[in-house]
Amino acid sequence: MGRFTIPTDEHMRSGHVACQGCGAAHAMRYALKAMGEDTIVSIPACCWAVIPGVWPNQNLKVPLLYTAFEVTGASISGIRAALDFQGKDDVQVMGWAGDGGTADIGIQALSGMVERGTNVIYVMYDNEAYMNTGIQRSSSTPVGAWTTTTPVGSTQFWEADEKKDMVDIMVAHKAPYVATASVAYPEDMIRKFQKAKTIHGPKFIQVYAPCPTGWRSDPSRTIELAKMAVSTHLWPLFEVDHGVYTINQKPQKTDFMAYVRMQGRFRHLPEDFLKDWERKMDARWETLLEKERFSKELEEKGLLPFPGPHE
Amino acid sequence: MRKVITGNHAAAYGAKLSRPGVIAAYPITPQTTVVEYIADFIADGELDCKFIKVESEHSAMSACISAQNTGVRSFTASSAHGLALMHEMLMWAAAARLPIVMVNINRAMGPPWSIWADHQDSIAQRDTGWMQIYCENNQEVLDTTIMSYRVSESSDILMPSMLTEDAFYLSHTVEPVDIPDQELVDEFLPSYEPRYKLDVDEPYGFGSLVMPDNFLEFRYLMAKAYDTAKERIVEVDREFEKTFGRSYGGLVEHYRTEDADYLLVASGTNSSTTREVVDQLRNEGEKVGMARVRVFRPFPVDDVRALAKGVKAIGVIDRTYTYGAFGPFYTEILAALYGQEERPLLKNYLVGIGGRDVRPRDIRDVYKNLVKVSREGLDEEMTWHGLVGPGGDA
Repeated sequence: MGRFTIPTDEHMRSGHVACQGCGAAHAMRYALKAMGEDTIVSIPACCWAVIPGVWPNQNLKVPLLYTAFEVTGASISGIRAALDFQGKDDVQVMGWAGDGGTADIGIQALSGMVERGTNVIYVMYDNEAYMNTGIQRSSSTPVGAWTTTTPVGSTQFWEADEKKDMVDIMVAHKAPYVATASVAYPEDMIRKFQKAKTIHGPKFIQVYAPCPTGWRSDPSRTIELAKMAVSTHLWPLFEVDHGVYTINQKPQKTDFMAYVRMQGRFRHLPEDFLKDWERKMDARWETLLEKERFSKELEEKGLLPFPGPHE
Repeated sequence: MRKVITGNHAAAYGAKLSRPGVIAAYPITPQTTVVEYIADFIADGELDCKFIKVESEHSAMSACISAQNTGVRSFTASSAHGLALMHEMLMWAAAARLPIVMVNINRAMGPPWSIWADHQDSIAQRDTGWMQIYCENNQEVLDTTIMSYRVSESSDILMPSMLTEDAFYLSHTVEPVDIPDQELVDEFLPSYEPRYKLDVDEPYGFGSLVMPDNFLEFRYLMAKAYDTAKERIVEVDREFEKTFGRSYGGLVEHYRTEDADYLLVASGTNSSTTREVVDQLRNEGEKVGMARVRVFRPFPVDDVRALAKGVKAIGVIDRTYTYGAFGPFYTEILAALYGQEERPLLKNYLVGIGGRDVRPRDIRDVYKNLVKVSREGLDEEMTWHGLVGPGGDA
């Protein structure tokens, strides 16, 4: 006993309206298990603006504020300020936005929120495109992917740009806690949310959340796919605590092509393109290992961890 | 306590006396001093409030919305492009039934860049669901801030209020202003206690997807709230007078209109000049009065209809123009009077756009022209008053 760390509490009712195999639905369930009932959630336009159900139904057991697309950072700033004014320091505030709402239209409000040292948790559940509106590319869409705005035509028109690195952007903001997580590793994810709750200031967690509808993948293999993203070093699980990097898993690399082949969104890609992409991902992994090593070095010199925002 | 202060300082005092728990604001000329004074109040320990120095006006309104939804009174101030940037969230605040109060400093929209008085910024927000009150002087700015919270927070209204002051004519011009005692304001404006809010002890979802089966009803309830607001604004104005000895006429202030043959309709600071000219003309034996339309939303249709009775002609002075139509106040009055048995001649005068100085002689010209067209027939429906240079007469 004591082996399982996933809380048995459920703060999400059944009956949500997500697609089959939706990674984002898993993500919320696990996040709330860690966050607990004393949490207020703000959700902008994204899949999760629909998943809780149509009025008057609501599948979350915690207070939920729906907001406009680009305002999550400002919205949770307002909730936090109001709670602080009411003396409710013990209530947690969680922003819950998709990759478009975070990396694209919401990045200004997010940047302001982090810069102001706001004591909240911001979650970017990353399904790598505008899925709620019907699979349009976002800046978080991986290179090469088919989407409805990067279609595969007689000319090569698939996604040409590299996925935006939100973790790097948040680390540059000196957010006291930045982490990646995956719905395939709920214990790791829940531990990170629990840790984030104990840290004062802005916390940013980017959760890898496969979207079978948009990725053209088998809904029954969402978790398997998410695991492969980690084992191929494509989606490393790591955390940056006040500037100090810790990679949570360093798996022996598995077959990158097997990961790619599970998703129809990559089926058009020629082999040389995939090889090139894999090389870039390998370099990114090596860079991450170096960042971890270097930040530990800085820690030994007393330059890290940097001090968090004032309480 | 009486102080000689600017309109922006009066707005800051109005906010302070209303005890908001959260203020979120972003600087824009000529609104900046409102938030500077508020920052001073907080720094001096005179105001207990969380002040979020947001990175945009869009975020200012978003933060106010979320704070108000968490059960805390909020305040912000903006102007022109800042107000325009808020547009989406102004709609959100209103439809979420959040009684936020904001002060807008009426400034022209660019291009070309202009920082001077013009009503286009707030008129462009006409359909966002915010009540709009156009203030004439600094005292009214302070008093209306307090009254607006009282009206907006009524449980049968729950709609936000935007009060406006003309750039520089009020925002940066000093006038003697009576600053009411906090105890009196506290009696007049009780603390904000919404029935529904974001609360972990009583969890609700706010703003979820609604199907066409129900959306119509949400909008209808807002329309009913606006009907109530028309009466409540008048009631609160009267109650304010009982406590503080000042009132502003509710929706429309009537100035020397009793036996008037001619009526000039004005708003904002244009009405001060018009008031002066009405006095001059009355001394000269002219039967003229002024209706100052104070509240643009809800629009005082009944008041306008009553005022029009027995009048020969109405000259509507607007400080902006809506492209392809007329001045906004004119359009509303025209619509209100259509279908009435007694319809005076109506003419629109665009005066003071982009902060062009409005002198007593400009209002005199308006009056003279109104009398002329009343006798000889309408020359044109709308006059761009004082037009010079390219396209103008000179």
